[in-house]
Amino acid sequence: MRLKPSTINGVLTVSVLEDRIDAASAIQFKESMRDLTTCPADRIILDLSQVLFLDSSGLGAVVAVLKMLGPDRKLELAGLTATVEKVFRLTRMDSIFTIHKMQSDAGQNAVKA
Amino acid sequence: MQSRPDIVRETGATHLIIAGDPMSVRAGLIGLAATVPLCDLSADDRGTAELVLGEVLNNIVEHAYPSVPGPIDLWLARTGAGLACKVADRGLAMRDGRAPVGALPAGINGALEDLPEGGFGWYLIRTLTEDLQYERVQSQNHLSFTIPSGRTPL
Repeated sequence: MRLKPSTINGVLTVSVLEDRIDAASAIQFKESMRDLTTCPADRIILDLSQVLFLDSSGLGAVVAVLKMLGPDRKLELAGLTATVEKVFRLTRMDSIFTIHKMQSDAGQNAVKA
Repeated sequence: MQSRPDIVRETGATHLIIAGDPMSVRAGLIGLAATVPLCDLSADDRGTAELVLGEVLNNIVEHAYPSVPGPIDLWLARTGAGLACKVADRGLAMRDGRAPVGALPAGINGALEDLPEGGFGWYLIRTLTEDLQYERVQSQNHLSFTIPSGRTPL
């Protein structure tokens, strides 16, 4: 699972450099995110713009990361592709996360925040 | 196979066999999306088909073949309504002899620690398919359903 972290103004952006988060990679995704989020950023943006396929296992893993971060740290999503957006919408998980249309929007908001 | 799903009799049905493990399912889905009949669908319908088939196949890997992986037979055919699918495996039967109802998991509107990390699979399958039928035939599970074309639920 290739994940690229970058920190700008205290906001950690993690870009997923894989086209799938599925049953075969969900556990690895969760573990990699746990390792990357040990730094003290309060706000974490997960850039999913390269992810073309996310199944229920992948969705569960993203929710698990949100819970792992605890109530004082925010996990936001950016760059959802059509099929990934559909999974969040159908399962109503779109109401749980702040979802930015584009990764760049999230970045601009990060600068303003 | 002793008892063949009806779709085999339909003209033009694509039949493939996928090994019941997560990496084979992933490879199978990638291959399916690039070949007939999925490659003929719109991008949206293809995404839906890949999602539904992924949920069905991974459920078989997890629940029908929990200890020893086995083969999964898949038949796909385009119909007027969409994509007709039949899936057969030789693993454990579904609990109570029925396919799960597929309700949204509990805790969605609850506290952070109560948010569900699973249980979305059958909800997605039920939401995105029609005419879903499950049958235990001899020592096989047969699941059939249609993924409607040209429609985005919600």
